[in-house]
Amino acid sequence: MSTVHPAATLLAAPSATTEHRPLIITLFGCFVVATLVITVWAGRQTRSAADFYAGGRQFSGFQNGLAISGDYMSAASFLGIAGAIALFGYDGFLYSIGFLVAWLVALLLVAEPLRNSGRFTMGDVLAYRMRQRPVRTAAGTSTIVVSIFYLLAQMAGAGVLVSLLLGITSDAGKVGIVALVGLLMIVYVTVGGMKGTTWVQMVKAVLLIAGTLLITFLVLLKYGFNVSELLGDAAEKSGKGAAFLEPGLKYGATGTSKLDFLSLGIALVLGTAGLPHILIRFYTVPTAKAARTSVNWAIGIIGAFYLMTIALGFGAAALVGPAEITASNKAGNTAAPLLALHIGGENSAGGAILLAVISAVAFATILAVVAGLTLASSSSFAHDIYANVIRKGHASEKEEVRAARWATVLIGVVSIGLGALARDLNVAGLVALAFAVAASANLPTILYSLFWKRFTTQGALWSIYGGLISSVALVLFSPVVSGKPTSMFPEADFAWFPLENPGLFSIPLGFLLGWLGSLLSRETPDAGKYAELEVKSLTGIGAH
Amino acid sequence: MATDAAPPPGGRDDRPAQPTTAQFAEVQQSAEFGELRHAYRSFAFPLTIAFIAWYLLYVLLSNYAGGFMGTTLLGNVNVALVLGLAQFLTTFLIAWFYSRHAAAKLDPKSRAIKARMTRTEADA
Repeated sequence: MSTVHPAATLLAAPSATTEHRPLIITLFGCFVVATLVITVWAGRQTRSAADFYAGGRQFSGFQNGLAISGDYMSAASFLGIAGAIALFGYDGFLYSIGFLVAWLVALLLVAEPLRNSGRFTMGDVLAYRMRQRPVRTAAGTSTIVVSIFYLLAQMAGAGVLVSLLLGITSDAGKVGIVALVGLLMIVYVTVGGMKGTTWVQMVKAVLLIAGTLLITFLVLLKYGFNVSELLGDAAEKSGKGAAFLEPGLKYGATGTSKLDFLSLGIALVLGTAGLPHILIRFYTVPTAKAARTSVNWAIGIIGAFYLMTIALGFGAAALVGPAEITASNKAGNTAAPLLALHIGGENSAGGAILLAVISAVAFATILAVVAGLTLASSSSFAHDIYANVIRKGHASEKEEVRAARWATVLIGVVSIGLGALARDLNVAGLVALAFAVAASANLPTILYSLFWKRFTTQGALWSIYGGLISSVALVLFSPVVSGKPTSMFPEADFAWFPLENPGLFSIPLGFLLGWLGSLLSRETPDAGKYAELEVKSLTGIGAH
Repeated sequence: MATDAAPPPGGRDDRPAQPTTAQFAEVQQSAEFGELRHAYRSFAFPLTIAFIAWYLLYVLLSNYAGGFMGTTLLGNVNVALVLGLAQFLTTFLIAWFYSRHAAAKLDPKSRAIKARMTRTEADA
């Protein structure tokens, strides 16, 4: 950090931000007002539990594909990946590839069977053949843990963004903004339910794609649409030369860091199909075929977006430069907004406007994703834990939805509290942890439930809790939490696990425990229930 | 895999008529369902293994074959970038390939089974 020179930091260039602060606040305000109107409108149409949890199952495949993209392309994708590429070059690009390829697992193995056999939550499918109460408790727990990890990343992104834009550097100011985001997401979800959340996500997806296209176009224009020249300039400005374009800059130093790269890669590709907030989106369409269409649209939209992260990330490296990026945010999370400022012309109105637009897009991105995450976790709390475990299936629809709304408030408050802790971590890295937890705790049970006749309750519990506890514990004792200057608690050091991402160990463990737990259990798997689930999942007979 | 049933009217979530477990078990044992399951699994499972292997190969090459990945091909474009872009391409192709297979081989079979089962129920 010794290379920080004051003129390079954005906060010391007030002409660009202070002057246009009203514009930035207006754009933020427009998005907030528009989404609140949508939310209230959607809320007035939300009556039944199916409306609240699944938006009435009336969305088309295209609409849902757009909403899935809006749900999936989080601050991690927009701010985190751009930053990771800008600072570490090629190694940052792995995120884009893993995040996309992962969709094939969802398409080929999970989306359609899940749509056919579940109702509102991931727990519906996990518990289908099993003893309801223990498996629903496990599914609810892991849903909430994964979602909170993910929320943490979005909150970190929000804090970063606002301190950059509004020049708020005081801790109180940042906490205030995180609290505002938390408050908005509580309103979106409690008032608008799934219908409101879906529309917010669709609007956000359109804004994000439009904003990214604009920046990509401007970056490529600057290099006469010659990608090779852009790459060359990025490599030169990075100070790393050709190594910037090769694998290894972030993860290639030692054998351990190479294992970390592998671990990250595995977590990314297997995590998506285990993310509860993604899975519940498949219930918003009427049929399994529409679920397939949604994933295809999502793959197209998300793929196009991740291709553009090349221009975003390498563009930021070339046009902003690593010194200025790290001076603004150690983890690189501000690379994309800074790129907007530079490409529009520093100290000019154009630059400030572009910065404001891109920041508003990032803000929209965060809000749409946190709404989806909160909905997933509060649905699971109300439907899996409250209705089926606490009330043993005797809660009325009304009581269930009321419980979901209260859970939303609670989760909102918790994530506001945690969000303040995660400010200086790269948000893409944080999200990768959520992927690792999802792939370890959820994916094995989803796949075994759907495809393995001999899977039992004990297998499901071992797999969910084993995957969940091992992945979270390994993160807790990893350099992400302590022992390094970039850790959450840099002063402490209890990091005996050397990898930042636990997936390499916890994902195989989740699969192994599911298999072992089933083999060692004394209960006979319910063949009748498996027949039901198998026929349902492949044909949609009796689907909701 | 597909169901073309109309959405429940008015956004309600009323549970459609549920066949009994015995009826489900009967369908599960039928030759027709066996064919559907085979058509699905024999396509989706090997393809999943293939794309995960191809992705892992790419990750491992990035890790342990830095020299090869750093070979420049055209200007500043190196093997690593080309292989990364190839991952995008194969993802799009596999999604298209699966959807084509599902529409041609899986949807008609699942529709037929569903129609037959619903008919049997109406007769009963």
